[in-house]
Amino acid sequence: MELFVNQVLAGISTGAIYACMALAVVMIYQAIDHLNFAQGEMAMFSTFIAYQLMQWGVPYWWTFPLTLIISFAGGIAIERALFKPLGNAPVLVHVAGFIALFAILNSVAGLTWDWTIKQFPTPFGNAPFLGSQLISTHQAGMIGITFILLILLFVFFRFTRVGLAMRAAAALPESAKLVGINVSWMIALGWGMASGIGAIAGILIAPVVFLEPNMMGGVLVYGFASAVLGGLTSPFGAVMGGFLVGVFENLVGTYIPGVGNELKLPIALALIVTVLVLKPGGLFGRAYVQRV
Amino acid sequence: MSTMLAIKELRSYYGQVQALHGLELSIREGAVTTLLGANGAGKTTTIRAVCNMVRSTGSIEFEGKSLMGRPTESIVQYGIAHVPQGRGTFTTMTVEENLQLGAITRKDIKAIGADIEKMYAYFPVLKQRHTQQAGTLSGGEQQMLAVARALMLRPRLMLLDEPSFGLAPLVVRDLFGILRKINQEDKVTILVVEQNAQLALELAETAFVIETGRIVMSGDAKEIANNEDIRKSYLGY
Ligand SMILES: Nc1ncnc2c1ncn2[C@@H]1O[C@H](COP(=O)(O)OP(=O)(O)O)[C@@H](O)[C@H]1O
Ligand SMILES: [Mg+2]
Repeated sequence: MELFVNQVLAGISTGAIYACMALAVVMIYQAIDHLNFAQGEMAMFSTFIAYQLMQWGVPYWWTFPLTLIISFAGGIAIERALFKPLGNAPVLVHVAGFIALFAILNSVAGLTWDWTIKQFPTPFGNAPFLGSQLISTHQAGMIGITFILLILLFVFFRFTRVGLAMRAAAALPESAKLVGINVSWMIALGWGMASGIGAIAGILIAPVVFLEPNMMGGVLVYGFASAVLGGLTSPFGAVMGGFLVGVFENLVGTYIPGVGNELKLPIALALIVTVLVLKPGGLFGRAYVQRV
Repeated sequence: MSTMLAIKELRSYYGQVQALHGLELSIREGAVTTLLGANGAGKTTTIRAVCNMVRSTGSIEFEGKSLMGRPTESIVQYGIAHVPQGRGTFTTMTVEENLQLGAITRKDIKAIGADIEKMYAYFPVLKQRHTQQAGTLSGGEQQMLAVARALMLRPRLMLLDEPSFGLAPLVVRDLFGILRKINQEDKVTILVVEQNAQLALELAETAFVIETGRIVMSGDAKEIANNEDIRKSYLGY
């Protein structure tokens, strides 16, 4: 029993990483209706920007908001420069764009900051959290921030006019234009927010996985998986999906003989596929009724 | 009364296909005008052209100001509300959120709540269902919601694309009664596009008849309704 509880706890703490990334995935999916394969690299790049600021002597608590602002603006700039010109081009063209962006960010980061792994500080420290060896104070802080972010997003989308306009633009662009919403800028705003959330994810993840240009490779796959599992339209679902994937992955690794570390990922992904076959909208995706 | 909207020499294209061939139409301020025509005649294209949703040449002037080349989302700034074909309901959002979206560009935020209440008075069924997801409403209720959403702009001109489509006759009567009230009490100028000529002619003062992208007939709605020859040859009833 204690083993089980411990493994669940450990799963929750890795799950926090996935949850954070999944939030960014859902954010961009809401805005553009696609998964952005370069999202992990954007988060990695943001983290390097934070690293650079700290190298220059900016204190951590200034680095954090500054990186957020730079990433937000950067996300908007990427949308304006790269994806707005693609306009209504077929999905594959956008996918090519994501891959190009991925490659560019990855090599620029490598060339600028080289490929060696770097330590990244955490403001929460790395002591055992409440005496548990399985969750560190950093991981607890990460879970806390993920939930704060989730609540902020909920309030933004539910109770603000801009949030309402963004949802409308994503749901029905033609109708949104007819009520006067600038759909194009809503998409750019979605990129900015996704980039900002990605920056938070990167800054929180880097102390765990170490900072290097390929740090997000595995994490993004899990982030996608979590978002899809929870429901791509639901920020809450994405976060829950993240924790579920983390816990499940750990339990599979512990209890199924011969699985170990290598087979954890494929088995977790297989479960997700199974869930989606049964519930295509994801576990927490809302089923919408439509009458004509 | 003065001309509010003047369309001249309007030619619209879907790719290589030309849908409007030099269409001319004008709307008087304060009036209800109807644009009648069979399926595929170009009615939807005409009002889509006003909102720049289809590639067009010619001139479209609203109170003397050209609308040509204005982005679709800027048309509301002129006080023009467009209820699109198929209603354009945000089906995944609540009824109340749909109404708020109608007012999303308004600066007088404090007055929006009172206007929502006013819409609930016009359309009591929307009040009963205000927290419900809009996609769960019946067709008639969704059309009411679409009209209410457009009114939330406090428009000066409302463009309606086949509001009667798919609705039971009694519901259509109700809806047209409300449109008349909106026109008379709220002084909203209305252009209603219809295939259902009989009802539209009762509501409107002026009518235009469109065939394959051209206006082939226009005049006083009552006269057209009473003239059997015109009705038979142009409206098919
Ligand atoms: N998206 C489109 N692509 C190509 N042709 C179109 C499109 N929409 C309408 N058309 C054509 O334009 C003409 C006018 O259509 P429309 O304005 O929708 O007619 P109405 O609203 O009177 O039924 C029709 O011949 C129709 O086939
Ligand atoms: Mg039509």
